[in-house]
Amino acid sequence: MPITLTPPEIDRRHHTGEGDGGGRKPPTDKRTGGNGEGGDNWGDRPQGRRGPRERLSQARVGLFFALGGDLMFFVALVSVFFVNKASGHFDAYSHWVNEWLPTALPSILWLNTAVLLVSSVTAELARRSMFREHDAMEEWIGFGRPLSRRAGIWLGLTLLLGALFLAGQWMAWDQLAAQHVFFASNPSSHFFYLITVTHAVHLLLGIAGLIAALAGLQASRSMATRQVLVDSTVWYWHVMGVLWVFLFVLLEYGQ
Amino acid sequence: MRIFSTHHRAVGFGYLAISTVAVAIGVLLSLAMRTHLAWPEWPLPVHGPILPEEYLTLVTMHGTLMLFFVMTVAPQSGFGNLILPAQIGARQMAFPRINAASMWLTALALVVLLAAFFVPGGGPIGGWTAYPPLSESALAGPGQGTGMDCWLASIAIFGIASTISAVNTLTTIVKLRCEGMTWQRLPLTVWGWFTAALLSVIAFSVLLAALLLLFCDRHLHGSFFLPSGDVVNGVLLQHGSNGSPLLWLHLFWFFGHPEVYIAILPGMGLTSMVIANFARRRVFAYRMMIATTLLIGLLGILVWGHHMFVAGLNPFAGTVFSISSLAIALPASAKVLSWLATLWRSRPRLTAAMPFALGFVSLFITGGLSGPILAQPILDEYLHNTFFVVAHFHLIMAMAGVFGLFCATYYWFPLLFGRMLSERLGKVHFWGTLLGAYATFLPMHLTGLAGEPRHYAQLNGLAGPGTTLLESTQPLQVHITVAAIFLALAQIPLLVNLLRAWRSSKKAEPNPWNATTMEWAPESEELAVVYREPCEYSVTDESFLTQWSPGAAINTEAE
Amino acid sequence: MLSAPTAAHFWHLPVDAARHGPAMDEHLLLNLWIALGLVAAAHGILLCGLVWRRAKTPGLKPGSSGTTERGPEGPLSLPGRGFGGESQTRRRLLLFEILPLAALTILFTALGVRSEQMWAAQRYTGADPTAMQVEVTGAQFVWSFRYPGADASFGTTKPMLIAPAAGNPLGIDYRDPHAADDIVTSQLVLPAGREVDLTLRSLDVIHGFAVPEMRLKQNAVPGQTSHIHFTPETPGEYAILCTQVCGTGHYRMQAMMRVLSPDAFDAWLRAREQRR
Repeated sequence: MPITLTPPEIDRRHHTGEGDGGGRKPPTDKRTGGNGEGGDNWGDRPQGRRGPRERLSQARVGLFFALGGDLMFFVALVSVFFVNKASGHFDAYSHWVNEWLPTALPSILWLNTAVLLVSSVTAELARRSMFREHDAMEEWIGFGRPLSRRAGIWLGLTLLLGALFLAGQWMAWDQLAAQHVFFASNPSSHFFYLITVTHAVHLLLGIAGLIAALAGLQASRSMATRQVLVDSTVWYWHVMGVLWVFLFVLLEYGQ
Repeated sequence: MRIFSTHHRAVGFGYLAISTVAVAIGVLLSLAMRTHLAWPEWPLPVHGPILPEEYLTLVTMHGTLMLFFVMTVAPQSGFGNLILPAQIGARQMAFPRINAASMWLTALALVVLLAAFFVPGGGPIGGWTAYPPLSESALAGPGQGTGMDCWLASIAIFGIASTISAVNTLTTIVKLRCEGMTWQRLPLTVWGWFTAALLSVIAFSVLLAALLLLFCDRHLHGSFFLPSGDVVNGVLLQHGSNGSPLLWLHLFWFFGHPEVYIAILPGMGLTSMVIANFARRRVFAYRMMIATTLLIGLLGILVWGHHMFVAGLNPFAGTVFSISSLAIALPASAKVLSWLATLWRSRPRLTAAMPFALGFVSLFITGGLSGPILAQPILDEYLHNTFFVVAHFHLIMAMAGVFGLFCATYYWFPLLFGRMLSERLGKVHFWGTLLGAYATFLPMHLTGLAGEPRHYAQLNGLAGPGTTLLESTQPLQVHITVAAIFLALAQIPLLVNLLRAWRSSKKAEPNPWNATTMEWAPESEELAVVYREPCEYSVTDESFLTQWSPGAAINTEAE
Repeated sequence: MLSAPTAAHFWHLPVDAARHGPAMDEHLLLNLWIALGLVAAAHGILLCGLVWRRAKTPGLKPGSSGTTERGPEGPLSLPGRGFGGESQTRRRLLLFEILPLAALTILFTALGVRSEQMWAAQRYTGADPTAMQVEVTGAQFVWSFRYPGADASFGTTKPMLIAPAAGNPLGIDYRDPHAADDIVTSQLVLPAGREVDLTLRSLDVIHGFAVPEMRLKQNAVPGQTSHIHFTPETPGEYAILCTQVCGTGHYRMQAMMRVLSPDAFDAWLRAREQRR
């Protein structure tokens, strides 16, 4: 069956139990086994037959944990940021100094932020279009590829905006270098470059993911795989966008 | 199996192969270290006398290999990949290809690490903790140039691979449990893998951040960890701005302490299950055991400062970390009490895996009880970086952890290879290893109490003021070295056992230990279903109920 | 408990020459004996439990449900299960878990409180204002000591002035008037019975300043100064060791601490000041 006909959220509302095994407690028993997605008892079925969202939710859970770890990486960097900002030392003349001089952010970063936010919008449009029932049904049956085409367009747009963002970041680094502000210039510039470069590397991975998703839309023969690819990439993209907003606010106002 | 197979068994064996190579090298390095300490002038065959920088490289590489490539890989990724899917009734891990990739990345990390021995300047000399400014600049010592870079690269790759592997483990446990496998029915081994994976995801990223910052300091003129005005080897290192070595300590130990819990949690879970299996009893206070596993994981993130009591930390912070470190003794003690209670008056069957589980309990107790002593800063002020600490972590982590690995080997060998290991050789292996472990590491408490510091390339034959103090430990040093050689040789019965069993044609029964957990379920095309919690044994051990059988109990004797 | 010197000998503790030492030693020995006792007791229970014949009493319930909640069949049908188990279970839980954990909590709390009090007494507040000031500087691979001289203040140091071969291992800026009377030595000479405040510095990497026979240890971290204070009691010669790996010479980075009687120390100091 096409895998989007009855999303579990809807199914859950009027589910009464699958009836395999008399004497079982009613669905209010929260101690379900396996996936146990709420009360819809998909989890009561054998793994592998748990319904349309099984692989999708696995991918999302995996992404959740991976991004959690990634978040800890940035938490460490941001903590070091605050420690360095506040720490002073005795210089050669026994004066207590703090050399932290805020790095002025090139104004192009505002534009880049806007571009990234728009790219999140287009990415979300791509993701949602992957689950549109009508198009999914048609594509699954074999009447052309309306789903992949629509999603592909939005994904392509996201890719373009993402590349634009990275180009803008490069320009920002160029502008700073032209003003002789390099990585080693000042403690604050350490962090400016560190933070923007590590974020850019993550975004580059996101772009690689977008390319993989686009390739998957073309090449993969499994609807579920296409949906998982696009969904994971877009969620990753959103998280990188939100992360950037936080890092940008930190750099703009936190120095 | 294909070489790039994504089957979880292949990946698990791949990880175990990595650990085996690492442990063999690590043991050889430790024997070289011990021999040098006992007899400093003795020249290593082919190589010649061990120089001070070479000794420190031995120490650094021994620690790095054992902690990362053996104790983090084998219990968690090795046996986890082999057994976890079966124990939860799944057919595979959640992301098989990414799983295989993380295994090959770990292998790459090992190769890069071992390359450090052969690069110009030799291997790094800062210990597995790599404190800056010693690790900041090649000027600080031989091996701190390219050797240190190899170490950095290797551990960075390892950290990424471990995080990926942990994400796989977590997703598998959360999403791939079979029908009927509720969280409360999960074997404690799985709870151990779960908690260790959570810790991995949190901790390795922080290490990665620290490694990135150190890389910036070393190669990009950064100064995160380098204070201004630092003069190393006559050279004023001008990196522009001021940094703090203490920052590295915070970041590293925030990773480093959860790391040791990652190493031990799977073993603790396995010990509970094996003891229950052979004592034919339910695990005493099962839910509490789950809670203590999670609590140890949580508290493990909050105690990192106890490595830094005398490192320049605010003394108030020392008190705070002391409280959290003492607190972690309680869930650990609760676990020990549960093991003792499960065993109490059970007359267990002492087939080969069981003695190793009992040995785990013994070593955990002995190694663990020196923990609260070190957790008190006023005492750590004397004992920090002495061999008392070395004794503590070798007993509770290295030896107990390794006993967990041996237990796993003997327990699951029939499952993995369809053959039985020899009981007799197993018992010889057990007694040799237990006696060797205690003979080697108990005296280290005494040399540490006498004041022997860590990382000393030479203790006798020197002319300094510390001579009398250090040389007083010489008899114990010789004893420890002889015991260590004995401990290494005591592993030969295991190798013989493995070889013989692998080549023997006598097949094992499907469930030789009359176990109840899912990995022993017969192969079937049907999807797995779980009907009850594990460890359901009848009181007088006439029969038992496995997790996978719907109804009738199985008679123990009939199996 | 065995008398302190014998116990200290059993546990291989070296001689104890600082004023705070005996209290710390007593607490350390207490901890060691308790740890040893607990190890023995736990192993005793382990062996006892292994050897004693198998208990027939039922009800080793895990505290979670023993019956199935889901799945096709009903409760377990193993004989001897679940009869009169509840009170037995609670009793076993109390005996094996709750009481021992409560006892251990009290024990660790008591030990912890006592040790934190000692830690606070030694570390929370700085040295007495009348304590003698000595600066300890670690560099690869030598400890240097500096006395402030008659003006009781240390001259400034500058990293670019560090020149061990020219007799200025600490980089003292001799243009600073306070530096004129600084005395730099390679031995830490102290008078017995007077509190001394050590300022720990490092020029290059992290070193560990440790005097086992004074029960002292603190890292010397470059970029910051650490202070520890103590009172040496017994005249004698004691070893200063480095306890944080600092490079190839880590094992031979040792120095001598000489504790003299107050008169002998005065004589020594005067002789050094005159030599200046």
